[in-house]
Amino acid sequence: MMCLGIPVKVVEISGNSAIGEIGGVKRKIDISFVDVKVGDYVILHAGFAIQKLDEEEAEETLKLLREMSDGLY
Amino acid sequence: MDYINPFRDSEMCSALSKEIKKFGREVRFMEVCGTHTMAIHRYGLKSLLPENIRLLSGPGCPVCVTSSMDIDRMIACTHAGIVATFGDMLRVPGTFSSLEKEKAKGADVRVVYSPMDAVEIARKTAKNVIFLGVGFETTAPSVAQAIKSSPENFMVYPMHKLVPPALKKLLEGKNRIDGFLLPGHVCTVTGTKGYEFLKGKIPCVVSGFEPADILASILMLVKQIEEGKADIEIEYGRSVKREGNQKAMETMYEVYEPSGALWRGLGYIESSGLSIRKEFGSKDASALIKEEFESEEREGCRCGEVLQGLVEPVDCPLFSRVCTPLEPIGPCMVSSEGTCAAYYKYGGYA
Ligand code: SF4
Repeated sequence: MMCLGIPVKVVEISGNSAIGEIGGVKRKIDISFVDVKVGDYVILHAGFAIQKLDEEEAEETLKLLREMSDGLY
Repeated sequence: MDYINPFRDSEMCSALSKEIKKFGREVRFMEVCGTHTMAIHRYGLKSLLPENIRLLSGPGCPVCVTSSMDIDRMIACTHAGIVATFGDMLRVPGTFSSLEKEKAKGADVRVVYSPMDAVEIARKTAKNVIFLGVGFETTAPSVAQAIKSSPENFMVYPMHKLVPPALKKLLEGKNRIDGFLLPGHVCTVTGTKGYEFLKGKIPCVVSGFEPADILASILMLVKQIEEGKADIEIEYGRSVKREGNQKAMETMYEVYEPSGALWRGLGYIESSGLSIRKEFGSKDASALIKEEFESEEREGCRCGEVLQGLVEPVDCPLFSRVCTPLEPIGPCMVSSEGTCAAYYKYGGYA
């Protein structure tokens, strides 16, 4: 629980507070630490978004992971 | 984008495992973070690694590294008001009692999911609400934010700890460690600057938490060793930036300042904890606890050594015979990030 963080999609924003959705479940998120817009994904930890997820970086990592599993790394 | 399933792809995992198995040297890597320990056991990743690569669990379970003294003092907070806490803390045994036992005797102990939930409780009561501030750099900024936006009757008992000083201490110890899987969510907040002192000393990879993330990070450690490098690489780039989350760090240091802290297993470490700054002194619940305790570790419990990767839970004679998640002797069996709990739950000990 303590360092657990899960990717959540931001579906609603009002001020420092947002609603996030994960697997159909809605959760209130404090977004004081991130700049996000509706549709962005964040890492949710203990009620706070601790970072906005970076789609480009995620694609990069997947590419690297594929190369690694092909023995190209 | 789907941030979960592509990183759980089983074909990718077995291909990564094959690549890792090409490496023949005996090495010992430590997964610093308890959430990594849990993921490694949940996905049976040890079975995908060759025997020459050993994974050691580290001190990355905030509840587990909390000293008996702090546990006793935080249980005493129940005499000073409503105690709000993350669920993990409830059954942790102190020297004399636990929060759960105090609750059964009538103490007002509430489990919350977020420190902001505890602030909400404070807004609806005239009583003092004391939030137990456990957690690493991942959690401390959120608790700091709660402190900043709370009414007068909200306080925090600070037990936060910082990861880098603990790694420094571990490296000075007698355990041989050839590489660190660094904690992905701690580094999401802090970035990697605080870990620079490890550069040139020991290979490090900041890892994500899905099975392919962890296997890829292990492969990256292996490659660093093959190439004679000792760098700090980031595998978990979708969440971790070198500079971390500046806003979160600023909030953390606005409210807290580094101070010495006592760790279970590792002992006292300079500047490895956080205490509440004078400006926020009225929020510091530790000032309310005047009692002195003769705190002791429970006899026979080897948590302290488990947290340093010196022994495995199965080396503890109490494991699963006397000590279980329902009747825990030590905190490593209670927390959802504890190594003993991971071994017990996923049966890595059969
Ligand atoms: S099994 Fe229980 S008693 Fe043994 S080290 Fe783990 S928590 Fe302590």
